[in-house]
Amino acid sequence: MLRMSAVAVSAALALFSLAACGGGAADGKAEPDTLDPAADLSKQTLTLSNWAGYMPEDLPAKFKARTGAAVTITEHATNEEIIAKLTAGGDSGIDVAFVSGQFAQALGEQGLLEPVHADLVPNLKNLYPEATELAYDPGNKVSVPYTWGTTGLCYRKDLTGYEPDSWNDILTPRPALKKKITMLGTERWMLLPAQKALGFSANTQDEGELAKAKEALVKAKPNLLAFDDTTFGDRLKSGEAALVEAWDGWCPTTEKNIAFTVPKEGSDLWVDTMVVLKSSKNKEAAHALINYILDPEVHAWAAQNIMYKVPNQAAMESLDAALVKDYPHLGMSPADLLKQESLVDLGEAAPAYTRIVTEVTAQ
Amino acid sequence: MRTTRRRRLRVEPLVLLGPGLAYLLVFLVVPLGLVLSYTVFQRGRFGGIVYEATAENFTRVADPLYLDVLLHSVKIAGITTLLALALGYPTAYVIAKLPAKWKTLALIAVVLPFWTNFLIRTYAWIVLLNSQGVVNSALGDLGLIDEPLQLLYTDGAIVIGLLYAYLPLMVLPLYSAIERLDPQLGEASANLGAGPVRTFLSVTLPLTLPGVLTGCVFVFVPSLGNFVIPELLGGGHSVMVGNLVRDQFLKARDWPFGSVLALTLIAVLVLLLMAQAWAARRFSGEGDRA
Repeated sequence: MLRMSAVAVSAALALFSLAACGGGAADGKAEPDTLDPAADLSKQTLTLSNWAGYMPEDLPAKFKARTGAAVTITEHATNEEIIAKLTAGGDSGIDVAFVSGQFAQALGEQGLLEPVHADLVPNLKNLYPEATELAYDPGNKVSVPYTWGTTGLCYRKDLTGYEPDSWNDILTPRPALKKKITMLGTERWMLLPAQKALGFSANTQDEGELAKAKEALVKAKPNLLAFDDTTFGDRLKSGEAALVEAWDGWCPTTEKNIAFTVPKEGSDLWVDTMVVLKSSKNKEAAHALINYILDPEVHAWAAQNIMYKVPNQAAMESLDAALVKDYPHLGMSPADLLKQESLVDLGEAAPAYTRIVTEVTAQ
Repeated sequence: MRTTRRRRLRVEPLVLLGPGLAYLLVFLVVPLGLVLSYTVFQRGRFGGIVYEATAENFTRVADPLYLDVLLHSVKIAGITTLLALALGYPTAYVIAKLPAKWKTLALIAVVLPFWTNFLIRTYAWIVLLNSQGVVNSALGDLGLIDEPLQLLYTDGAIVIGLLYAYLPLMVLPLYSAIERLDPQLGEASANLGAGPVRTFLSVTLPLTLPGVLTGCVFVFVPSLGNFVIPELLGGGHSVMVGNLVRDQFLKARDWPFGSVLALTLIAVLVLLLMAQAWAARRFSGEGDRA
């Protein structure tokens, strides 16, 4: 009896492994499908996966009113979560997903994305010319940018007593700022200050450079209050922290003494994108949805409500001057933004980055 | 004749156990088998597995970096467990001796925190412990401290968070062990001349030991694997083995190495559970009572 079940289990295992085997392997861009510009969208339904609160709540209703296609929203908390879902093999049931640029690149290289049919997305013309020169997907072949921004120093002028302008202000702080600094803990941004301060690429795969960046982080850690991805704005407001590494849209610049600056050594350019899945059976509606989101009024929502820059010229120009005064980073020009380094997929070097994070936090 | 009777009897447990066993087989044994099989293959670039055999994953886990993290996690979880026992035993003892009406209320109070989302409760500790937080300002107002204490983002904060999260898991098995204790045994011990301390050490403690061990396992196991509390309350100053496993699967997209780390964790836990079972038998003579 026992032996029997052992055999059954190993048979089941073998089957599972084979099934898993069939999923991955492919490495190469997918050929575009033939899409019908005149397709009846009211016969199509979409499932869209996005971060919570990352687009207007009435979007499905308004899109349905305009095109007749129903949209179901699912949410993911992180890029990693949605990638795991999309690469699990088989049809994820998701038609459109919001993922960061470097993850769109990875999905595209794996052949999981439908190339963007520009003829079905006339609103692409609303994008800044700079938004077609993003390193993870030049020409926006498989992804359409939704929001973009950079990472910098967010600080309390009254507590720092000076205007920090370098990543070294975080890595080797003035004595008065020790233990009053936080850095981001997510790996690409944990490494970013050290990489930029040392003059390396934010995408470096060079072992020697990574070792030096790690060394700088190990030295910086004793002076940090914490690695903090979620509450650094509150820490700054309460005065517990004086200087934090922050994503531009997350710096509470409406507070009287709080300011944001991009360090002189440069920073990253992160982009969150919209992608259409190769497995989607509703690709016409999926393109129509992306086109709808690129409408200046719809796209401006992200800048007005979550304080992220959008790569949509008409949308940015429609913003209230008072809003841009409250959130000066919204006024950063696409040209300045493009001077920052676009994050690309690390591929084989991903474990090396994770290891550095482990080594630094375990110290 | 005997054998036919036995056969007939066997059908019933099989029917009763069938659904549970099938569930365990599909959702525990098979995934575990998959994890086990992943350990000998290579990482796919986008996560997943490349089916080329390698032993590298096992040599990597022997790295002092990961052993340090494991030891550190065992230490944190161990301290949490001891504190939970120190707090939980008297609590459970008192609850078990309460009148029936109050007993129910007290037990509800013990499990009440579970009604609120775990993340919210953990964020509440950030509000309490930060240097401008409730605890520090209260101490400051009382004139006990001049400078705010660094409470948040320390190993102490991790222990507090874990202790708070898992204390009910210590109290409940202890309560059920103490509650079942025959009060006449205590009287007998007193009649034979033993003082309260002696009675506790020679009668109460040995008889409730299975409950103690169960409670310890209930607190230790989830504490060891937790990765949210170290991240939020530890502020990235220290890493626990749960964080390691999560990061390998989600961030490094290194499933094979993540599997090796997960299996290492499982192996450590199995050893501890075996030790617990052994101790329960050895010291109480009836290991399955709890």
